[in-house]
Amino acid sequence: MREISLHLLDIAENSVAAQSHNIRIEAHENLQSDLLTVCVTDDGCGMDAKTAQQVLDPFYTTRTTRKVGLGIPLLKLAAEMSGGGLTLVTESGKGAKVEASFRHSHIDRMPLGDLAMTFLTLLVSYPHIHWVFVYQVTDRDGQSHEFNFDDVELKTILDDMSMTEPDILKFVRGMFEEGIEALAYQTVN
Amino acid sequence: MPAIKSLEELKRVREEALQKKQMKAAAGNVQVIVAMGTCGIAAGARDTMKSVLSFIETKNLSGVTVTQTGCIGMCEQEPILQVVIGEDAKVVYGKVNAEVAEQIMRQHVQNGMPVKDYVLSI
Repeated sequence: MREISLHLLDIAENSVAAQSHNIRIEAHENLQSDLLTVCVTDDGCGMDAKTAQQVLDPFYTTRTTRKVGLGIPLLKLAAEMSGGGLTLVTESGKGAKVEASFRHSHIDRMPLGDLAMTFLTLLVSYPHIHWVFVYQVTDRDGQSHEFNFDDVELKTILDDMSMTEPDILKFVRGMFEEGIEALAYQTVN
Repeated sequence: MPAIKSLEELKRVREEALQKKQMKAAAGNVQVIVAMGTCGIAAGARDTMKSVLSFIETKNLSGVTVTQTGCIGMCEQEPILQVVIGEDAKVVYGKVNAEVAEQIMRQHVQNGMPVKDYVLSI
């Protein structure tokens, strides 16, 4: 994986496979504390303690039964290589929360990447899931800016209209790109 | 996020899209499925997805459903893309980067002719 947002897409796929109804994805670039944290929280089937331990092992992948695969160890490695780490909090039947942190200024930290495309891909592909996407930037002075998207209102308006109708797609893509770019701008200043 | 204003606009966009959709409904339903397991994503499936969505948007292609599937056991062929048109059998494509995806959208989805060079199975 070349971008943190690709890892987010991958981890979110696990949440979908775990029959989640609600999935929340957060990315927070904190320049004041020099941290980049990402988090995927779901209300899917979760894992028991033993499985939760096993999914951290890259060699745990029994394709027919796997809930997670190689994705979590890859993200864990990426986080640890840039002065951060990964935590997995889960309980059988009670969803899962995967959080990864990176030192923002670390030379080995991969770029956050195209977060808007990750969000769009998930929203369009799994319309039956309730998605919440949060992107937050805290600048060096400690001031926070946030892009917060909850799909409830959008889906109410769309009713049964498909999100892959060209005009709708253009609208949603524009909303994500503009909202995220406006904040990403803060990180380079 | 300037949510309120833009969602007001969405209502208008929806109405317009609904009218266009009714005009094109006869085209038959088309399903485009991008494989997005860890293997697919690592091989560039999100760029494939982006190419598919951007084709729909720029060519104003109505009535296409875009979904995903997980790893289908041919990781070495990723990114994998599948096309189902109406009652036709599913066509599975391998090594579909952004350019190939655009070609499939143009030649197969729009004009009904599979892109043979990249077909894995029908």
